[in-house]
Amino acid sequence: MHRIVVLGGGTGGTLTANRLRKAYGLGEATITVVDQNDRHVYQPGLLFVPFGLTHPEDIIRPRGRQLHPGIDYRTAVVDHVDLETQTVHLADTSELAYDVLVVATGAVLAPEETEGLTGPGWMEKVFTFYTPEGAAALEGALAMFEGGRLVVNVVEMPIKCPVAPLEFCFLADWYFRERGIRNRVELTYVTSLDGAFTKPVASKALGGMLAERGIELVTEFNTGSVDGKAGKLVSWDDREVPFDLAVVIPVHNGAPYVANSPGLGDELGFVPADEHTLQSKARPNVFALGDAAALPISKAGSVTHFEGEVLVENIGRFLAGEPLDASYDGHANCFIETGFSKAMLIDFNYETEPLPGHFPGQVGLPLLKESHLNHLGKLMFQWLYWHSLLPGRDVPGITSSMPSHGKHHPKTPKEATRL
Amino acid sequence: MTLTTLAGVDVKLNDEGFLVDPDQWTEEIAVELARREGIDPLTDQHWQVVRFMRSEYFAKGTGPTVRVLGKTSGVSIKELYQLFPKGPAKIAAKIAGIPKPRGCI
Repeated sequence: MHRIVVLGGGTGGTLTANRLRKAYGLGEATITVVDQNDRHVYQPGLLFVPFGLTHPEDIIRPRGRQLHPGIDYRTAVVDHVDLETQTVHLADTSELAYDVLVVATGAVLAPEETEGLTGPGWMEKVFTFYTPEGAAALEGALAMFEGGRLVVNVVEMPIKCPVAPLEFCFLADWYFRERGIRNRVELTYVTSLDGAFTKPVASKALGGMLAERGIELVTEFNTGSVDGKAGKLVSWDDREVPFDLAVVIPVHNGAPYVANSPGLGDELGFVPADEHTLQSKARPNVFALGDAAALPISKAGSVTHFEGEVLVENIGRFLAGEPLDASYDGHANCFIETGFSKAMLIDFNYETEPLPGHFPGQVGLPLLKESHLNHLGKLMFQWLYWHSLLPGRDVPGITSSMPSHGKHHPKTPKEATRL
Repeated sequence: MTLTTLAGVDVKLNDEGFLVDPDQWTEEIAVELARREGIDPLTDQHWQVVRFMRSEYFAKGTGPTVRVLGKTSGVSIKELYQLFPKGPAKIAAKIAGIPKPRGCI
């Protein structure tokens, strides 16, 4: 009997456990999922909460109920993992022995790491929409906002869903136009990156969309401190950005137990793993996926979904003593909500940056271009998430490796900059 | 991509001025690269950071971000900005002859 322990009951942990349960009979493997609470948040929904387009109760479901029968679900805090003895130590001093461990505990926000961020003004004029509580409080603050400087700030990468702060800007532009006060609101996007986004073609397109909407872009701004009382962000190189209302995406770390588990994680508590097999660098019987993994790809639900398929295959091969399948290509796929019931879609992997064209083939959703169809796709995805992705069913038309035939590939580097 | 001569060595630099081949790097090239960034001379503390960047790059395949540098290099973020005012991770990586840190994805 194989003992498989999955730490984390979010996107990655849930779909992995469900797929494993289908792969192994009850007599072949025990599958245990551990999470510290029973609130599974559909995280892409958080973006819509501040604008009153959805509510926290509509995007949160119990974790245990997303798991197939035959999976043991525990609500417990993990204290640390002992890689030598292959044991997970829980905070209540109980222990779980494993043959295979899956680390799927995501990323945690660390607002306290930025000086002043959680000081005066926090949750009054300085908010984050990356938690249900923060997003709900921001809804109230936006409703009361009658004009002034609204600043959106990404403190430092990596963050979950790196397009979400841009989407927030686009939706804020739409929201204030709907309220008829857009002319009284100065919108500014402040990022530590040297452009609107990391990948050149998409960065250019998204930067252009900010400019079209009159949203100021401040780049290479590394926030050193936030002064909620005076209403300003101050960078390490002493630049200042004043605000009346700030929406800050704090720095992220891995789950705290990773730092308590010698050899498991890196300096930020993320778990280094092979880019293609998802086997951890720490031990052959430890695998990592999703936001918890230290991989050179976006921390996003789609990434976790595509990784999950390869990871489950590899757990099977590892337990059977076979060579691993190195087929994860870094595929990521993100809808970018742009306001006015439109959205853009980007699709990329380790090698190929987001390009224009169509997804998944020559006929399909338009890539790197705003359309109503993409907006409907984004809305429909929430249903697919609960009913198809988490239960471990294949989502029609979406494969774990990146489709290439609908994309317009630049022939020369010069052409790439014109796209 | 541009071809240039640094400290008597023919090297290729990418469009942002990063050395294309990290193995071509020498301490003399570092001094020239630093000068191009307006850093002259390189102090012991600069060298500490530059050498740390290189060892991290060869161990992990990417240079550290500012936050990781502040946690692990033995130099605080405030001091890092005093040493490399235009951005420690980027400028120190450039002087260290390694690619721009890709933590930003």
